[in-house]
Amino acid sequence: MTGYLRKLALLACLALPGLSHALAPDAALAMAKGDSNSRIAAMQAAIADDPDERTAAFLRALAANEVVVTDDRALIVRNGQAQDPVSGETLALPAGAESVMNNNRMRGAISAALAALDLFAADAGQRLKAAQAMRQSASAERLPLVEKALAQETDSRVKQALEQIRASVQLNAELPAARLAAIDTLAADASPATRLLLDERLAAESDDQVRSELQRTLRKIDDRLAWGERLGVAFTGISLGSILLLVALGLAITYGLMGVINMAHGELMMIGAYATYVVQDLFRQYLPGVFDAYLLAAIPVAFLASALVGAILERSVIRFLYGRPLETLLATWGISLILMQLVRTVFGAQNVAVENPSWMSGGWQALPNLTLPYNRIIIIGFAFAVLALVAWIISRTRMGLFVRGVTQNRPIASCMGVNTARVDTMAFALGSGIAGLAGCALSQVGNVGPDLGQSYIVDSFMVVVLGGVGQLAGTVYAALGLGILNKFLEGWTGAVLAKIAVLVFIIAFIQKRPQGLFAMKGRSAEA
Amino acid sequence: MQATTSSTPAVQLPGRRPLLTRKGWGAFFAALLAVCALAPLLNLWVPPDSAFHLSDYAVALLGKIMCYAICALAMDLIWGYTGILSLGHGLFFALGGYVMGMYLMRQIGTEGNYGSELPDFMVFLDWKELPWHWMLSDSFVATLILIVAVPGLLAFVFGWFAFRSRIKGVYFAIITQALTYAAMLLFFRNETGFGGNNGFTDFKRILGQPLATQEMRMLLFVLTGCTLLGFFLLARWLVRSKFGRVLQAIRDAESRVMFSGYSPLPYKLTIWVISAMMCGVAGALYVPQVGIINPGEMSPAASIEIAVWAAVGGRGTLIGPIAGAFLVNGAKSWLTVVAPEFWLYFLGALFIAVTLFLPQGIAGMARKLRRSGGEARPLAGTQAEDRSPAAKEETRA
Repeated sequence: MTGYLRKLALLACLALPGLSHALAPDAALAMAKGDSNSRIAAMQAAIADDPDERTAAFLRALAANEVVVTDDRALIVRNGQAQDPVSGETLALPAGAESVMNNNRMRGAISAALAALDLFAADAGQRLKAAQAMRQSASAERLPLVEKALAQETDSRVKQALEQIRASVQLNAELPAARLAAIDTLAADASPATRLLLDERLAAESDDQVRSELQRTLRKIDDRLAWGERLGVAFTGISLGSILLLVALGLAITYGLMGVINMAHGELMMIGAYATYVVQDLFRQYLPGVFDAYLLAAIPVAFLASALVGAILERSVIRFLYGRPLETLLATWGISLILMQLVRTVFGAQNVAVENPSWMSGGWQALPNLTLPYNRIIIIGFAFAVLALVAWIISRTRMGLFVRGVTQNRPIASCMGVNTARVDTMAFALGSGIAGLAGCALSQVGNVGPDLGQSYIVDSFMVVVLGGVGQLAGTVYAALGLGILNKFLEGWTGAVLAKIAVLVFIIAFIQKRPQGLFAMKGRSAEA
Repeated sequence: MQATTSSTPAVQLPGRRPLLTRKGWGAFFAALLAVCALAPLLNLWVPPDSAFHLSDYAVALLGKIMCYAICALAMDLIWGYTGILSLGHGLFFALGGYVMGMYLMRQIGTEGNYGSELPDFMVFLDWKELPWHWMLSDSFVATLILIVAVPGLLAFVFGWFAFRSRIKGVYFAIITQALTYAAMLLFFRNETGFGGNNGFTDFKRILGQPLATQEMRMLLFVLTGCTLLGFFLLARWLVRSKFGRVLQAIRDAESRVMFSGYSPLPYKLTIWVISAMMCGVAGALYVPQVGIINPGEMSPAASIEIAVWAAVGGRGTLIGPIAGAFLVNGAKSWLTVVAPEFWLYFLGALFIAVTLFLPQGIAGMARKLRRSGGEARPLAGTQAEDRSPAAKEETRA
């Protein structure tokens, strides 16, 4: 963090050719010595009127705990070498020098000051960041600095942000006209921060015209914020839905097509997540240069790991239980217990850390109060890609044809020369592999631990029950529908009551349509 | 069906037989004697250093397992005899336990940490009065009624909706699992008034008598044992009655039962509610002996374990699930001490082994071993296909 700030500040200095106000020795001492109040005041003064690059360097040294003070001067100490902050000459470290301690408040003030210097960085993105950071602590003392930055600013977005800062300071100006102008500027940015600012002003405002203008603007902002919130809920709903979709897609094959009720499905997801974790660690150890690409390698690994486990399970246990769904349920529950305990033995009972690659962290600021995290957006895309892949495999490939044939009429398929036992194994491995993909995706948004699968298994079976058995379309609609419904209800009633409400809804729904959303027609529906 | 249109039925229906055979009654009374006389004798009057002394630990463990055995018996009625697998029996068990637990909480009186009339956790949450759903909890009679009424009512409402729309098989299992999962989340919340994470604990007395004495523990033990034996007789009577026969017919071929003019709904609903009530009673007996009830009892894993006890013992026999509960839980309390990390491997392997190699459980295996005498009766719906000849019985509608 300090290294990053240092880099920023260095850039800031390079971008400031005309820094005239030099750092004075007594100013440096005042910033480093005394109580927090006087030091912060000295710092404000130093950056308010035209700081030079020595000031920035001194602040960076302060932030990095590299400053010592004697009775009459402050020195920067680096690698055992003392340096005069004003002249830059190297000195011997005087005896009796004490290092400067910074408490949390001091640290905040120093980084705010450094950020303010960033307003002059060469990179527009850095300037924008600095301006946005400064909004939090906009005060009248910063106004000259902001005005100066505004005068030489060329980028329109940074300019707008700076104007916002100026307006938020001028919101408390003497003249009502200046306040009105400030409100007008602020109204352009309908963010919760602006709302708070205007709200505070409304409480203190005495002028009637300004009051009514404030109220009107607040209403306008509220309207726009409400949309942001609604869209936010819809997005988290779709995001949850996409995860449920990934989880349920595997089930749609193993349960929906094959009729195998697999309680270990969640544990197959867990294996996918742990496979991702292992790949991540291998990359960190052997290929740190391309660490960000580990996720791309983890996707096939997670698929294969889970598919392999699934194939072994099918060959060794599940194949003997076809046509006995309740027994399958119990046996696969037993498998899930063993797999969970196995993971505990190998990786420990604690959650393991899976990092987002850098291209997945951060988010897209769609509205002032709505940031869509990249990892969720990518997972939504991933879920639909997997859906397309599964749909293609089932409906277009030879293997899909076999799977459908065997599930519709096993004896006839067998008569046609289909190796039904092999098709069963392949289909189950495919469903398990998709569970592994779901686990890989989940590792990017949630905790990876031995209990990972348990928390999704109930929901995902609800999806299959709601969607109906035997085809994929129902699964898709049910997953997205349940996800969105869940999140909207959560907004009203809280997470627990939402879960209960969804359960009640499903029971009520099954009253009407016992076979799920998209019932299979014909005789096979009875089976 | 074609063979039975004449006036004489083609199948020899078993005549009315006594509830238990002579040998059966002998074993039953031996068990009753062991619970009511032998155990108190060995625990209370045999000196602790004697080889015959029954330790307090053993009493607590056996008492707990007998509560579990009641659950296994209840599970057997609904799964073994009616073919409906419930993964929500832990919920009914916990409901009974919570009703009892709240009564015990109220019995603490003002001796809690905060010295308030209200239970400690409510004081902690700064509540001023009891929430409405605990209004009756200071009366023992009301508690006894609620112990069966609450699980019964929930089972009735849920079962009515589920059976009416003919949800069965795996669907029913999953929906009941979701139900208990949702209830667990609800009980975990602090504001719902169920004590949150910690549930109810730190009980002091029951009916004004201190709970922690050896005599009280023995009394509860005897009570649990008698309840278990009583429920066994009740279950035995149920499954041998005409009602029980219809249940088994539903298990083996529900469509045929319907075509014969029976509506399965009241049958399923009745046995479902009875089963839930039995679990409630088991929970109520469990709580004062174990001294705590918390939402963990409602976790899906706890409910599915009940099914395993029944499966290990043998579905469709009454003695099997009871034996299964004893075996599995005995193994659990032994293994979790000797090798805690292996318990889950063992349990998992048990699930798989029983379904793969012992579909009829221990009881089925025992029957197979002494098949030499008498005809072998097929067991629970594990082999519904093989039973088609027996389906002729249904013609006697």
